[in-house]
Amino acid sequence: MRKYTPKDNVQKKSYHTDRFWTAPRVPQESVEEGSHFADVVNAMGDLAKEAFVSLGQLVVWIDATKNKEALSLLRDECGYVQCSELSAVDYLAQDGEFEIFYQLLNISNASRVRVKCRIKEGEAIESITTIFKSANFAEREMFDMFGIYVNNHPYLKRILMPEDWQGHPLLKTYPLQGDEFASWYEVDKIFGKEYRDIIGPENRDPSRIDKDDTKRFSRVGYEVPFGAEPTDTPTPIEYSETTLVDYNKSSTQLDERR
Amino acid sequence: MQQPNKLTPFFENINFERDDNTMVINFGPQHPSAHGQLRLILELDGEKVVKATPDIGYLHRGVEKMAENMMYNEFLPTTDRLDYIASTANNYAYAAAVEKLIGVEVPRRAQVIRTMLLELNRIISHLFFVATHALDVGAMSVFLYAFREREYAMDLMEDYCGARLTHSSIRIGGVPLDLPKDWISNLISFCDKVEYELEHTYNALLQENRIWKMRLEDVGVLSADEALSWGCSGIMLRGSGVKYDIRKEEPYELYGELDFDIPVSDRCDSYGRYRLYMEEMKQSIRIIRQLIPMYKDTTPELMANAPEYISAPKEQIMTQNYSLMQHFVLVTQGMRPPKGEVYVPTESPKGELGFYIKSEGEPYAYRLKVRAPSFYHTGLLQEILVGTYIADVVTIIGSTNIVFGEVDR
Repeated sequence: MRKYTPKDNVQKKSYHTDRFWTAPRVPQESVEEGSHFADVVNAMGDLAKEAFVSLGQLVVWIDATKNKEALSLLRDECGYVQCSELSAVDYLAQDGEFEIFYQLLNISNASRVRVKCRIKEGEAIESITTIFKSANFAEREMFDMFGIYVNNHPYLKRILMPEDWQGHPLLKTYPLQGDEFASWYEVDKIFGKEYRDIIGPENRDPSRIDKDDTKRFSRVGYEVPFGAEPTDTPTPIEYSETTLVDYNKSSTQLDERR
Repeated sequence: MQQPNKLTPFFENINFERDDNTMVINFGPQHPSAHGQLRLILELDGEKVVKATPDIGYLHRGVEKMAENMMYNEFLPTTDRLDYIASTANNYAYAAAVEKLIGVEVPRRAQVIRTMLLELNRIISHLFFVATHALDVGAMSVFLYAFREREYAMDLMEDYCGARLTHSSIRIGGVPLDLPKDWISNLISFCDKVEYELEHTYNALLQENRIWKMRLEDVGVLSADEALSWGCSGIMLRGSGVKYDIRKEEPYELYGELDFDIPVSDRCDSYGRYRLYMEEMKQSIRIIRQLIPMYKDTTPELMANAPEYISAPKEQIMTQNYSLMQHFVLVTQGMRPPKGEVYVPTESPKGELGFYIKSEGEPYAYRLKVRAPSFYHTGLLQEILVGTYIADVVTIIGSTNIVFGEVDR
């Protein structure tokens, strides 16, 4: 029987996992009373659904519809003046949801807060570009990579992938080597659809080895000039000699210059 | 109105010619001053930029996607290709994030070597900045001198790890090699040389140079609020008067024990940033000088002792059966960090380089996000370029010091 491979998550899996092994968890500490993080959680009030400290940074869960209120409160009242990172994690296969995180920095006491929320598939999130301008590019990247629509973004367009690209590369359903569309994209673009039969689909697997291809995949030690027939005459490999500058020797020169 | 078809394509500038409108010019993606593959769509009113739209993605390789399909140790050499000017900084940022996730303690000698390499890399990167920035602005000779010193630094890197540009010289849990013979004395001579050249060559050529100052002063002015809002970090932030250096504020490795200053400039312009780069190189040399005696006081362990995550030393693998078995599992299956997430910021030569790793207890990261400083500095261009003259565009791009390996990832 053919091995079953789930289509909703094509990420590489380990070939073996011990049945009795359970992964440990990164410790999650509760927020210490009287600390700066406790003040932050108190200031957020009802906006913070859940808060804990993980590896020295505060993690706050909020409601996705209240992201603007929570972030502007953090900026204005708690001094988190920089949004250093923002992105999403794909949990569509498990929960049908995206997890969105905002990584904030308070420069006056060097503390960091990660604000997290979840949205359902197909839902949009409100843009925070009016609060942090750095979100402009970051939200575009999130849209490009996950297809999450961001409401009221000034210029929501693909940023890393070409504008006419189909699919969102960081989704777990998107294969590492690219999908059907990706394999024809450059052929169609450069030569035209009518050349598909002649050229064939593009293989984006970098570890692919074509045993008949003697031009691009060289026979190490038996290289021949481009276009020539492969032979069995070995070509010795020459390594270039690298000599270090003798700083101790040239330091006398330096002394002279001084 | 134009009616574009296959024979007569849409001409962006016809409106300009007809209606006395703004002119649209394409800057890049193949432009020697674009520092890689940056395409800027500039709208000009005369010589003044009225709108700038950065277009990136020409070097997108899907590093984050690759990270999800590679074991933690496998992915490390890929991080070299982010900011390829200072690859040790990327290696370190990634290794630090994984180490924090699995909670291992790095031996002291490895910490000393790491800090040395990081600072050497900072000098390499800053020399590269001074060279290319001066070349962009039109000062050719600085480029030649700075590349000479950078070459010496890369010889040192080559002597240590065998690679000149893509080092991979930091591993998760430590460093793979001890310093070779004579390396320290070479490093001292290199520091002497760079210190001398900084004072007598670069500063003499640039610092009070009339043309250099005219081209850089009051160009690319960025206020502190704007810099914070746009996610600027590193010298872009300190050049706007915000004293924030992660090495000082959130110390990692040995930075907490070292004595160094954080230069800050409240000029908010390109000239201030240039001065900061020069000053930071001096501070890096100061740090390296302090690290040399520290190295001599350390014991020879180089990799952390965490058999669950990191292979034992070679000698132990060859003599102890259980270590060999663990090594085999770690190489074929990879380490399995605990479930959870971590964000570790580090001060790379370009700014705040952070790795966000979400682990589900598998040998493959569930999500890895690279917080690249240059990405946010590229976003800033759409605001900082507006209102400047076209002649200053190159200066401003140069002074943001963006590298497209990490912008596009």
